Amino acid sequence: MALLSVGVLTAIGFATVYIALKSQISGGSLGYAVFFFGLYLVAHVVARFTVPLADPYLLPMAALLTAIGLTEIYRLGPSNAFRQGLWIVIGVAVFGATLFWLHGDYRVLERYKYVFGVTAIFLLFLPLAPGLGETINGSRLWIHFGSLQFQPGELGKIALIVFLAAYLREKREVLAQGRLKDWGPLLVIWGGAMLVLFATDDLGSALLYYGIFLAMLYVATARLSFVAAALGLFLVGSYAISHATPHVQARVNDWLDPYKHAETSGYQILQSLYSIAHGGFGGTGLGHGIVTTPTGQQVVPDLNTDFIYSALAQELGLIGAAALLLLYMAFVLRGFRIALSASDGFSKLLAAGLSFSFAFQTFVIVGGITRVIPLTGITLPFVSYGGSSVVANFLLVAGLLLISNRANRQEAGA
Amino acid sequence: MNKQLLHLSVVALVLLAILIVSTTYWQTWAVAGLADRQDNQTQRIARLTVDRGKILASDGTVLATNRKKRDHGLTIYTRHYPLNDLAPQVIGYATAAGTTTGLEQTLDDYLTGANTNLSNTFSQELDKLGGQTVHGDNVILTLRPAIQRLALSQLAGRCGAVVVLDAKTGAVYAMASSPTYNENLVAHHYPRIAKIKGSCGDASALQNSATQGLYPPGSTFKLVTASAALDTGKFTPTSPFFDPGYCTEYGRKVYNSSSPDSPTAHETFGHVDFASALEHSINAVFCDIGKAIGAKTILGYAKRYGFYSQPPLDLPPNVLDSSGLYNKGKLWFPKDPASQVDPGRLAFGQERMLVTPLQMALVAATIAHHGLEPKPYLVQKIVGSDGSTVIQTTPQTLGRVIKPQTAAELNQMMQLVVQGGTGTSAQIPGVPVAGKTGTAELGLGSVYDAWFVCFAPANNPRYVVAVVVEKQPNGFGGSVSAPIAKTILEKLLHR
Repeated sequence: MALLSVGVLTAIGFATVYIALKSQISGGSLGYAVFFFGLYLVAHVVARFTVPLADPYLLPMAALLTAIGLTEIYRLGPSNAFRQGLWIVIGVAVFGATLFWLHGDYRVLERYKYVFGVTAIFLLFLPLAPGLGETINGSRLWIHFGSLQFQPGELGKIALIVFLAAYLREKREVLAQGRLKDWGPLLVIWGGAMLVLFATDDLGSALLYYGIFLAMLYVATARLSFVAAALGLFLVGSYAISHATPHVQARVNDWLDPYKHAETSGYQILQSLYSIAHGGFGGTGLGHGIVTTPTGQQVVPDLNTDFIYSALAQELGLIGAAALLLLYMAFVLRGFRIALSASDGFSKLLAAGLSFSFAFQTFVIVGGITRVIPLTGITLPFVSYGGSSVVANFLLVAGLLLISNRANRQEAGA
Repeated sequence: MNKQLLHLSVVALVLLAILIVSTTYWQTWAVAGLADRQDNQTQRIARLTVDRGKILASDGTVLATNRKKRDHGLTIYTRHYPLNDLAPQVIGYATAAGTTTGLEQTLDDYLTGANTNLSNTFSQELDKLGGQTVHGDNVILTLRPAIQRLALSQLAGRCGAVVVLDAKTGAVYAMASSPTYNENLVAHHYPRIAKIKGSCGDASALQNSATQGLYPPGSTFKLVTASAALDTGKFTPTSPFFDPGYCTEYGRKVYNSSSPDSPTAHETFGHVDFASALEHSINAVFCDIGKAIGAKTILGYAKRYGFYSQPPLDLPPNVLDSSGLYNKGKLWFPKDPASQVDPGRLAFGQERMLVTPLQMALVAATIAHHGLEPKPYLVQKIVGSDGSTVIQTTPQTLGRVIKPQTAAELNQMMQLVVQGGTGTSAQIPGVPVAGKTGTAELGLGSVYDAWFVCFAPANNPRYVVAVVVEKQPNGFGGSVSAPIAKTILEKLLHR
């Protein structure tokens, strides 16, 4: 049954790839499809062996998302698709390795919670290291190993969720009492997020981490007042920073009135909106959208990373974009289902954190592109071009499958 | 914890649902507003990917087509005009930057397939879904390339214009404006076009002199004065006049013009009737007629002919100038014509009167068409990319200007002009031609704008030709423009 759904869904994904590529380049693309199918078959078999009782829909959905992303990346630039393909292979390998390593009992991770916490902070600050980091689009999020670019913050996100799940599980009762001593580590995290925001000018990641933090805090303590207080702190903090930091301030101004800076800082968001609008209801069709000028420049800068949603919305239209968002919804729903079915606090918190981060990251980038919130550069999970993002999201799926497998095993055993 | 998990999952789903709403907003409600924005690169490129409709002459000759180029995954269509300089001021151009002029501008919606025709919209949506190129409608004009080419070669680089109409339907067979330019140069060599100057020195090649050139009509305006004189019943073709060689205006003598035969002497005709006054274009007689019927009546008839309003042609409004009195460069209609306008000078076409060649062609067409003014048109037919007819023009009239009897009398009088008057050089053996010359003074000594408006065959009018050649030294309507009209009529009538 699971295998069948994988097959059907991935086949749909590859049909999309194939049709799009045939109309544009033809040939060769079939190889991609077959290879991709084989890769997911392997991933599926690994999952069947290691976590046989896990949710059967998550992996196919992840496969479909990566297939959609790879299709669009191929359409935007075949050479990037090859690299993205490699990253997907690495992602699947990490996925398999994680399942092998932790399929006994992943809850051992709880013991190393501070390792994860420190790792998260370390990864967040890594781009600031001299000689290692690189500033792209005003934000310092990248590190360089030779020609290899990597966004450590993506992995930091997973580490942070593990830490929070473990810490909150342990301290949820005492936290609910509101003693300052127990709040220490959390305030450190808050300060860390603010510092990252200040030092890297990266509003997106700060927003993401803080959103995850708030969500998990609420699940653990059931205190809306904490969430409200923390939200207030964040708003005050980011308001102050947005006034002190020109980059963040510009992002907010462009959000409020992009037309005012149509030729400069508002150019990207405006051209992206024009691109989305051009797709209309039915879209232009894959491969038929307008993404480059006649001289070969991209109409919207960063189209295959942060702005891939803009290209997808144009080519697939409202129907396609809504379908994509529904797919994210389905993925998130399965994730929360796993959280609900899990029996212990750590598993619940971990599943909730992973699922919510997935939804919230999608909201931050697509919301930024569609002017719901100020635009911040983060990746669209599984779809955007970017290795660190792909690997991190495969880790996320592996985590959810492990939790799901354990929950279902207990249910079957009980 | 399950309650909080449920809450959180609802929050997550609401956040994602907001994205569906916001995307819906940008892809439905906001589309039209965004598409109109100047800085919209996507739309700019999208325009290039439309297979713009062809513009064809009445005989199927291609006047505007596309060159297809595949570049960086985009199929780009750029405009090409195979006949280069034949009728750039009429056809106009459509550049990659999105600028359009002429018919390319007025027919843009059809040419780009953006016109809101239900079946059209539907098939285009299907095309879009299938990723197909949008094909615009093809336009078939009334222009006849051979006549247009002949008109241009007759103007021979001199500043001026030729308008050829179908006397019955108003179809525009030729609308030549000189100097002309090669419109394929617009995209990359625009400054070169801006430098083109005709013999007159100041007319831009980009100007459509047939609809934008404002010339003093000279004696061709006598057709309007004569219309008023006859139609009001105040005069008949046989009304007697005495021509002393001048007329007295405000105590000053205004002399008749000289003739091509003796350029220095003023002509004097003595006792004449109205018909021969038009035949020989006697200013003194028309001056008296003008004073007799008044400026208000003359201007009233001018208005009925379409002066003071834009001619209803399928060109952009900004290239369709109105004829009429001009004061300080602006169209001017006097509040009290009796005191503000000199009726004597108005009667023979001076007095700040400025007209377009198209307007004078319409005056002649009205006389030819028994007093009913045909509506001029350039677009014969618009055909969808699937071959279906989108628009088929049916000839219309703009209404009655003068009585049929007045038209018949004017027709006869205009035939006299060609038979033995100022327009004898327009004679065609075996074909009666009705015409009127005009030699408009410009206040530049013996340099004139030379006019000839005519139609033929006079007994069953089929073609109307209006010719103006600008700033001709000692150039009279009868000697410069009448031969051009004759050559064009001969070609039209296969003589």
